Amino acid sequence: MYKTNDLILRTTASLIAFILLGFAVYLLLAGHNSPGGGFVGGLMTAGAILLMNMSYGFKEVRKVLPINYVKLIPAGLAIAVGTGIGSFLFQQPFLSQTYGYFHFPIFGEIELATAMIFDLGVYLTVVGVMMTIILSIANDTE
Amino acid sequence: MSNLVILPIIIPMIAAIVLIFFNKSVRISRALTKLFSIISLATAGYITWYVLEHGTIILQTGDWMAPYGIVLVMDGLAAILVLTTNVISTACAFYAPYAGLEKRERFYFYPFFFFLITGVSGAFITGDLFNLFVFFEVLLMASYGLIVLGGGKVQLRESLKYLLINLFSSMLFVTTVALLYAVVGTVNMAQIAERVQEVEQQGIITTIGILLFFVFATKAALFPLYYWLPKSYIVPNPVISALFGALLTKVGIYSILRVFTLIFVYQTDLTHEMFIWIAGLSMIFGIIGALSTSNIKLIIAYNIIPAIGFILLGIGVLNESGISGSIYYLINDMIIKTALFLLVGIIAYVAGTSDLRKMGGLIHYYPSLGWLLFLSAAVLAGLPPFSGFIGKLLLLKGAFEEGEIAIVIIGLLTSLLILYSVVKIFINGFWGDKETMGTIIKKPINGLMAPVVALLTISVLLGVGAELFYPSIESIAAYLLDPEIYIDSVLKE
Repeated sequence: MYKTNDLILRTTASLIAFILLGFAVYLLLAGHNSPGGGFVGGLMTAGAILLMNMSYGFKEVRKVLPINYVKLIPAGLAIAVGTGIGSFLFQQPFLSQTYGYFHFPIFGEIELATAMIFDLGVYLTVVGVMMTIILSIANDTE
Repeated sequence: MSNLVILPIIIPMIAAIVLIFFNKSVRISRALTKLFSIISLATAGYITWYVLEHGTIILQTGDWMAPYGIVLVMDGLAAILVLTTNVISTACAFYAPYAGLEKRERFYFYPFFFFLITGVSGAFITGDLFNLFVFFEVLLMASYGLIVLGGGKVQLRESLKYLLINLFSSMLFVTTVALLYAVVGTVNMAQIAERVQEVEQQGIITTIGILLFFVFATKAALFPLYYWLPKSYIVPNPVISALFGALLTKVGIYSILRVFTLIFVYQTDLTHEMFIWIAGLSMIFGIIGALSTSNIKLIIAYNIIPAIGFILLGIGVLNESGISGSIYYLINDMIIKTALFLLVGIIAYVAGTSDLRKMGGLIHYYPSLGWLLFLSAAVLAGLPPFSGFIGKLLLLKGAFEEGEIAIVIIGLLTSLLILYSVVKIFINGFWGDKETMGTIIKKPINGLMAPVVALLTISVLLGVGAELFYPSIESIAAYLLDPEIYIDSVLKE
């Protein structure tokens, strides 16, 4: 059968996916002080990966990103639970959080909070769930 | 240390997370499941001892003061229910490897199992209405997964019904929490209770209370809202049915018990009078269902409904015997329903059918199975030395003290019919000629029997050793009848 040549789609998709991934990371890190956070960051990342999947095909993307998305879910959950349990070590109630100011060479003084690690767990879980749903429905016809 | 409170939630959750990684290897999954169940059971046992000895433990998560953060309240009631949950989950964990689930075990059966326990324990422990909703969703999501796991045609149909009714009731739950938040301005249960007391439970709050009752009544399968339960509970594997029958409806009735002894206790002539009638109707309609069928699994599933009715009766009469009867019956029923579901699972497995009309004479091949069923029928119906008797006695005594004679008569008749409905399985399935079913090839069932024997032993001990347990149950009932103690322990520390 006649095979379409989606050159324009592929060229723009890789550019847009790159920007989307950057924006997703921004959202993940900005969550503490402005709108954003792990959930929307994860959705945005899943959106970027989905765009790559749609324009390049599932096989190609699996070669570039050999990630088992199903295992990403428990990994994210483990990180989130881990931050909660971490407070046991310091004799604090479950899910207590703390923050500190650290000096970095280029960025200067930055506030780092342990809530960020929890957000990372949420982020990984959301990416895992979204990609598992999308890929299992997409592979259904095979 | 107050972090003890979180352990019954965290241990099953960690177990679920770890088991997702090991889904390919059934042997490791089984070993880990047993290990984590036992750890969880031991922790729950220690916590229960600690709470009964030293009083309520409060955990303010994230170190936020009580009305602002989420509080987890481990009082006597929550502690014994968490312990019972863990007893049941351990029994099911030891039953599951023999239950013919091989294919499903590879498809994340055990993670779902542990997420279900996480949700149930969380719902028992939490002291925050919205957090209660979240834990309800955790356990419901896990139960959706478990009910459809395997993908049979019947399962698909029943899970759709189950999902729709539960989604609807969850939506109503959120709406009700929103209404309550708009009126009292908080979702912390102790603070809601305090504020409802201040405004003396005006009309709108009673309305919200009744709405909340309908939400929990749908989850607990009470009289007008039980039609989804029986069929959807019998389609999955027996071990899943046992978990559902023992835990899910009981979380609903626990929520009613908690909310209507703590928050909405100032207009009892309206709400609690209604409960007594709903309890009576649940008993009547539930037992009619159980008598109407000759499917052994369905008989046990229908028997859940009168049991929930009995527990609600105690909440309705709201005196000390009533409430302690409810608690006693709740614990007894959780254990005995698990045992019964597992037993009929074994019977259906050895007979190759769950239709009573097609079986008979099983006692010649499986005498111990038959007598275990007979024993559990006696426990369920409440024959004197067993635990069902003490719960029912207290409940009926409570109802009698309030002058509700009609409900006492209904309760007694229902007990009789419960006994009949289960003994029917014994008479039709076990008595009779050896040849009724043709020649049976004897199947090995020792692995399946062990958890049932353990559960029945506990159940019998609960009845025979009632002197030992009753004082703590009585003190919990006294504690529940005085909401001030709960409010003070959460808010003024």
